[in-house]
Amino acid sequence: MIVASPKSITELKNLIAGHKKVLFVGCGTCVTVCLAGGEREVGLASYAIRMARRLADEPLELSQQTIERQCENEFIKDLAEAAAKVDAVVSFGCGVGGQTIAERFPDKPVYAGLNTQFMGTLEEQAVWTEKCLGCGDCMLALFGGVCPVTRCAKRLLNGPCGGSTETHCEVDEDRPCAWQLIYTRLKGIEQLDRLDEVVPPKDWAPSWHAGARKVVRKEHRVG
Amino acid sequence: MTPSAPPVAVPMTAPVTTPPVAPSTLWEPEIIAFCCNYCAYAAADLAGSKRMQYPVNVRIIHAPCTGKIEMEHILDAFLKGIDGILVAGCLEGGCHFLEGNLRARKRTDRIREMLAEIGVGDERLKMVNLSAAMAPTFVESVQQMVDTVKALGPSPLKESEPREESQHLESEG
Ligand code: SF4
Ligand code: SF4
Repeated sequence: MIVASPKSITELKNLIAGHKKVLFVGCGTCVTVCLAGGEREVGLASYAIRMARRLADEPLELSQQTIERQCENEFIKDLAEAAAKVDAVVSFGCGVGGQTIAERFPDKPVYAGLNTQFMGTLEEQAVWTEKCLGCGDCMLALFGGVCPVTRCAKRLLNGPCGGSTETHCEVDEDRPCAWQLIYTRLKGIEQLDRLDEVVPPKDWAPSWHAGARKVVRKEHRVG
Repeated sequence: MTPSAPPVAVPMTAPVTTPPVAPSTLWEPEIIAFCCNYCAYAAADLAGSKRMQYPVNVRIIHAPCTGKIEMEHILDAFLKGIDGILVAGCLEGGCHFLEGNLRARKRTDRIREMLAEIGVGDERLKMVNLSAAMAPTFVESVQQMVDTVKALGPSPLKESEPREESQHLESEG
């Protein structure tokens, strides 16, 4: 899922400074699951902002609405009525959600209420870790299903580096060495011989080398 | 509970007049104590049975467990102008629901951070842990909370807007 984290109350307050009618929009998908931008978190942020604005003696009409997914126009249309009544919208979706809403309402300032972090996994209650950069050419098969492109601090395709330990990466004691994980996995699935092959430099062409990418699936297009 | 000033005997024939009071002395803090059923509420009850005196400013809200007190409940009370909130749960390790009080501690800590950042002040919210037998601790905690809030003065959100305002949540999907 896409993992995001909340912005500080001060930053939120500054984002909407000068606006008198604001709509906070939650997203019911990834950011609800990662406890950052669902109905619940939008409610908490609203309490904070209402109090902060009242203390600053700057009246604010704040409304809230949470839609199923901010990254699909199909759901964003449900916002039209509420958005028409406000001066600005704050998206508590990921950066994709915020941009999709902004495209839909060209005359409305749309601000991001969250810091979008990464694509990752829920490890345990309220702990998420990054697992994939979306490089466009997945190499997981070579590495026993552990992505060194994302999880090795040096993105080594032929690791480990000299600082690797069995317990952690030399760059961060809190993070396992991806190459240790790769070794353990390959051993477990009896594919250690893969490590005899030198992996050639990664082709970054399918990745983010020249701006935003696009996926078109002809077989599913209509018209 | 006892009134803050002792009653004054007034002769039946004397005209009833209200002595002028300076506005600053009119204010008495409004404080909510969220008390869990199994410990804090029982301690408050015991304090009552033992005729222990504690300030009248406190309104007790009986909760099944401090873990059931949502962050929204506390924020809503502050938005509506409450001066202080005490969250009173079981001793750590003694929660009837095992870890409700530990969760409540994390939530109150988070709200304290928020209140500090908002400018309401983190001292207006406090969590205490006590057992059902600790009536004196309950009374002491309440007294401390009242003293703290009296020193801080009224909530800066008090009466700055109509009290009816509460959050309206709309949700789809
Ligand atoms: S190789 Fe690329 S697509 Fe595959 S997991 Fe790693 S970053 Fe993601
Ligand atoms: S210690 Fe492991 S994960 Fe960290 S940089 Fe070196 S090889 Fe990569």
